[in-house]
Amino acid sequence: MAVLLDVLNLEVRYGGIAAVKGISFAVEEGEMVCLIGANGAGKTTTLKALARMLPSAGELRYRNERLDRMASHALISRGLALVPEGRGVFARLTVAENLAMGAYHRNDGGVVADLERVHELLPRLRERRNQLAGTLSGGEQQMLAIGRALMGRPQLLLLDEPSMGLAPLMVQKVFEVIRAVAAQGVTILLVEQNARLALEVCSRGYVMESGCITLADSAAVLTADPRVRAAYLGE
Amino acid sequence: MTAKHRSWLGMALIGTALALAPIVVGASLGNAWVRVLDFAALYIMLALGLNIVVGFAGLLDLGYIAFYAVGAYLYALLASPHFGIHWPVWAVLPLGALVAGIFGVLLGAPTLRLRGDYLAIVTLGFGEIIRIFLNNLNTPVNITNGPKGIARIDAISLFGQPLSKSVDFLGITFSGVMLYYYLFVVLALGIVFVGIRLQDSRIGRAWVAIREDEVAAKACGINTRNVKLLAFAMGATFGGVSGGLFAGFQEFVSPESFGLMESIMVLCMVVLGGMGHIPGVILGGLMLTVLPEAFRHGAGPMQQAVFGKVLLDPEALRMLLFGLALIAVMLYRPAGLWPEPRHRRELAK
Repeated sequence: MAVLLDVLNLEVRYGGIAAVKGISFAVEEGEMVCLIGANGAGKTTTLKALARMLPSAGELRYRNERLDRMASHALISRGLALVPEGRGVFARLTVAENLAMGAYHRNDGGVVADLERVHELLPRLRERRNQLAGTLSGGEQQMLAIGRALMGRPQLLLLDEPSMGLAPLMVQKVFEVIRAVAAQGVTILLVEQNARLALEVCSRGYVMESGCITLADSAAVLTADPRVRAAYLGE
Repeated sequence: MTAKHRSWLGMALIGTALALAPIVVGASLGNAWVRVLDFAALYIMLALGLNIVVGFAGLLDLGYIAFYAVGAYLYALLASPHFGIHWPVWAVLPLGALVAGIFGVLLGAPTLRLRGDYLAIVTLGFGEIIRIFLNNLNTPVNITNGPKGIARIDAISLFGQPLSKSVDFLGITFSGVMLYYYLFVVLALGIVFVGIRLQDSRIGRAWVAIREDEVAAKACGINTRNVKLLAFAMGATFGGVSGGLFAGFQEFVSPESFGLMESIMVLCMVVLGGMGHIPGVILGGLMLTVLPEAFRHGAGPMQQAVFGKVLLDPEALRMLLFGLALIAVMLYRPAGLWPEPRHRRELAK
């Protein structure tokens, strides 16, 4: 498998404080990888740096391009989509308009077909297409955010805490959708506090602790690791 | 009757009403009220410009009047005896729009990372800087003539006809204020048209996306920096055009016309009417120009009739009623008097 995303010594600072302290990791094509860790470990910061929303030091390679030299708005046309933390739907636009915004950069003829695919994957969005996004429930908004990212036809999907603030049943549904997206061949990098769920769906994982990656292994090994069990799985 | 016929009929009715308004108002209420309509048209243009920045792109701008000032002073400098330059209006207005647009980018560039209250403070400062410059640029070289302002500005003149002089046409005498009215209304309609086209364009969508969520807008592939600068520039352009018209209409400009209160007033028009909704903004501009004048003229005689004497100074009462009206609207119609309809058409099928 070819390496899709290669991160080398990524460092992000907020003023004088280093939030991410020189981490390195890689995501291969077709993989589903998670980044787990406690609050404030630097997971979201890492993802924001990958999406070029924050200035960072270190090398970020995506395919054969240097991500760290690109502007955030240039990423989606290269197949790299972010589902931001807290969903970030356009509240005063309708569901249909939100999905259309996901295809903003595209001018190929495939948008209609992709909308059909997203509607098949997330039938609830079809039902609610004329409703304002701000009136959807939290789970539906998360679905919409994922659907909007898919409208950009990504090869790599960066998901930031998709389970945040959702009822357990809704979390299950969101993760089912994420699985289905992965099954369509989209590579996924998932940032999650809910380590149990993340390790269930992903094949590999990285554990972050105060800005560093402390563990890196397959999901099965991590799930069995006593340190992970104690710290993140509540055993 | 089909929908298309209906909309044509509607436009014809609006057009007729707009064309007859100054004649009717002038005959019944006098030319002072036609002048109020002129100002309403100017303020509507300003409000539509600010609506792009505040309503569409969600960037709170408290210094918007600075662009009006730039347009007005540019006209004043290029068409008055101050420097002895007398350029025609068709040259000065586009130049004013351009220069104001450049000022818009100048304001936008350092504020790209700011939002909400922080942005409001910086834009407020920008507005004040422009006003203070205008006030003080009379030494060492006299550019703006300082607080005295620039007088004897050339009246706007079209096809050799100065709009300040009345014209007889079809047996009706069109006074200067009426001629200005027609010019302002035509230009305001042009600005409405541009605004509507912008709103439905890709750029308009990008503005709305930035207003709703900037991170998500970036993730959708929107170059937020350029799109925000464009919002500032477009808004400023509209302000520059109306400023130039204001200078030619008043034939006098001075820094005190461009204070913070004016910025707030234009912002009130946008918010009161319905942020981001062009018909609402037009209504807001019209109401906030006409109603204070009505209070001014009506409050004195009304007290005289009811109490037999004037108890409250009409000027003070005007601001009081105005403030109360604003509070009432914000309490009972927080989205504005005529907000955007909540249910929109489906964008993509």
